[in-house]
Amino acid sequence: MTATTIEAAGGPQQAPDLAVRVTPLEGVRQSLTLAWRSVVQVRHNPWELGDFSIQPIMFVLLFTFMFGGAIMGDWQAYLQFMLPGMLVMNMLFVTLYVGQGLNTDITKGVFDRLQSLPIARWAPLAGRILADQVKQAWSIFLVLVVGFVLGFSLTGNVGGLLAAIALLLGFALCFSWVSVLVGITAKDPERVQIFGFTAMFPLTMVSNVFVPAATLPGWLEAFVNVNPVSIISDAVRGLLLGGPVADPLLWSVVWALAFLVVFAPLSVWAFKRRVV
Amino acid sequence: MCSGILFVHIIPGEWSPAVDHAIWAEGLVKRFGETTALNGVDLAVRTGSVFGLLGPNGAGKTTAVRILATLLRMDEGRATVGGYDVATQAHQVRQLIGLTGQYASVDETLTGVENLLLIGRLLGMPKREAKARARELLADFGLTESGGRAAKTYSGGMRRRLDLAASLVGRPRILYLDEPTTGLDPRARLELWDLLRDLVARGVTILLTTQYLDEADALADEIAVIDHGRVIANGTPDELKAKTGAQTLAVRPADGAGLPVVQRVVTELTGMEPEVQGSLVTAPVTEPSVLSAAVRRLDKAGVLLAELQLRSSSLDEVFLSLTGRPAEEAPATESEEVSA
Repeated sequence: MTATTIEAAGGPQQAPDLAVRVTPLEGVRQSLTLAWRSVVQVRHNPWELGDFSIQPIMFVLLFTFMFGGAIMGDWQAYLQFMLPGMLVMNMLFVTLYVGQGLNTDITKGVFDRLQSLPIARWAPLAGRILADQVKQAWSIFLVLVVGFVLGFSLTGNVGGLLAAIALLLGFALCFSWVSVLVGITAKDPERVQIFGFTAMFPLTMVSNVFVPAATLPGWLEAFVNVNPVSIISDAVRGLLLGGPVADPLLWSVVWALAFLVVFAPLSVWAFKRRVV
Repeated sequence: MCSGILFVHIIPGEWSPAVDHAIWAEGLVKRFGETTALNGVDLAVRTGSVFGLLGPNGAGKTTAVRILATLLRMDEGRATVGGYDVATQAHQVRQLIGLTGQYASVDETLTGVENLLLIGRLLGMPKREAKARARELLADFGLTESGGRAAKTYSGGMRRRLDLAASLVGRPRILYLDEPTTGLDPRARLELWDLLRDLVARGVTILLTTQYLDEADALADEIAVIDHGRVIANGTPDELKAKTGAQTLAVRPADGAGLPVVQRVVTELTGMEPEVQGSLVTAPVTEPSVLSAAVRRLDKAGVLLAELQLRSSSLDEVFLSLTGRPAEEAPATESEEVSA
């Protein structure tokens, strides 16, 4: 026996050839495996699939035909105005699944199991966020397809379209941390849902997603104009329809980074409090 | 002699150095704000043995397991698992252990196969090997037919088995089972016990927590009784029983009128306030001769008896005599389930 203190305490010989740490490459592979799992979950859970597949389609149809005429006098014009904002609203709602999935894992003990495995500590979270990107891409695709079928016309160029998609995905990546924080702190998955409706719904409604800000009373207009949901909607609108985008684009990126810088450390802190 | 074995404090060096300990913990302390969950716990689990951590709800069992499984950091003390320090060599420890938590921690939306496949892939197995391992485990645990169904459709017992299978994917040498049979019906419970015995036969070291005394008695080679974050006794099940008086005198008068007399006689003979449950009077005894004395005294007093026996103490009685209160804090239905 060797003479380490542990041996003296009656401990056994250490088993040889155990890895000392996870390599970054292994961590990436583990994240991909966990992302695969989140996507497979959707296949088994038609509810969730319905949420981020049927809901966006329903919303596009509902707003276009129910309110389009009343708001802009003609639904085609309204579709042009509303669809970019719809992409933003959808993106924000889809990020909620990150928190909900995380919360389910924590409350059901799956998270403990994952943490007891010799995998990268960050892999479960990275897996969730990676899976979220897949869901985001799918949901953007659906909204665009429905939009195009109804006659949405891309007056910007294809580069603008790609940039808009990149902006949406990038913003989702940063905004996910808000969802992560809610997922870690909420008592159960239902509360994550409740947060979605009580915080995200007003935030997206009180923006320029559905109505031009200029039609609102002054005090409300002031709020709508600083609401990040309006700002990123303006950016997406500009990218898809052409027009000035530099300003809203810049501020969208600033907001995204702000969400990241504030909520990522907060989440890590809350995570350590809850789990460790 | 017996009490010497029982209350021995685990001091480094006192154990034979030849004894190989899969888990070794000294002075574990863990506080959550104002509450002290663990207040200086020492544990020594021999390689290849089953160690039972026994105690009521809130005694600190889960906290101890979570620390040893690297899920929680201790505030004081140190622990090694397989010779690796849980605090500084967590990654190595994680390669040696399997964990089955208090609730069957399987992903309910995934199928049985997918759950096991997920773990295999996370452990770095190639897809083919992970699939083969999943199939093998499902067969071992009688889940082959339900392997393609979502885990949420499983019964409690099936879920537990899947949970256990998931913790075995990586062929761990040390297995933590945190209250593995809580909430199971008696049949599922016995099935799980058999599975655990199989694992032990294959050389796996098991750390088991339970609030069921009969479970610790049935499975564990050694038991530590834990209460309010402290180990209040440890030893083999037999040693624990021997400690509190090897045996229990049980007397039941034929009618209620005899009860006060029986209580008085038992108190006098054993020098202890007896436990009374309904009309059954029990007290721990160290001298077998009390039985004949009891017969004589009660006969003389003219008390008609329905039951009179001297039997080995149950672990319930051990717990009572160690803590001065019964172990069962769980609802009555659960304890009925156990004895059924």
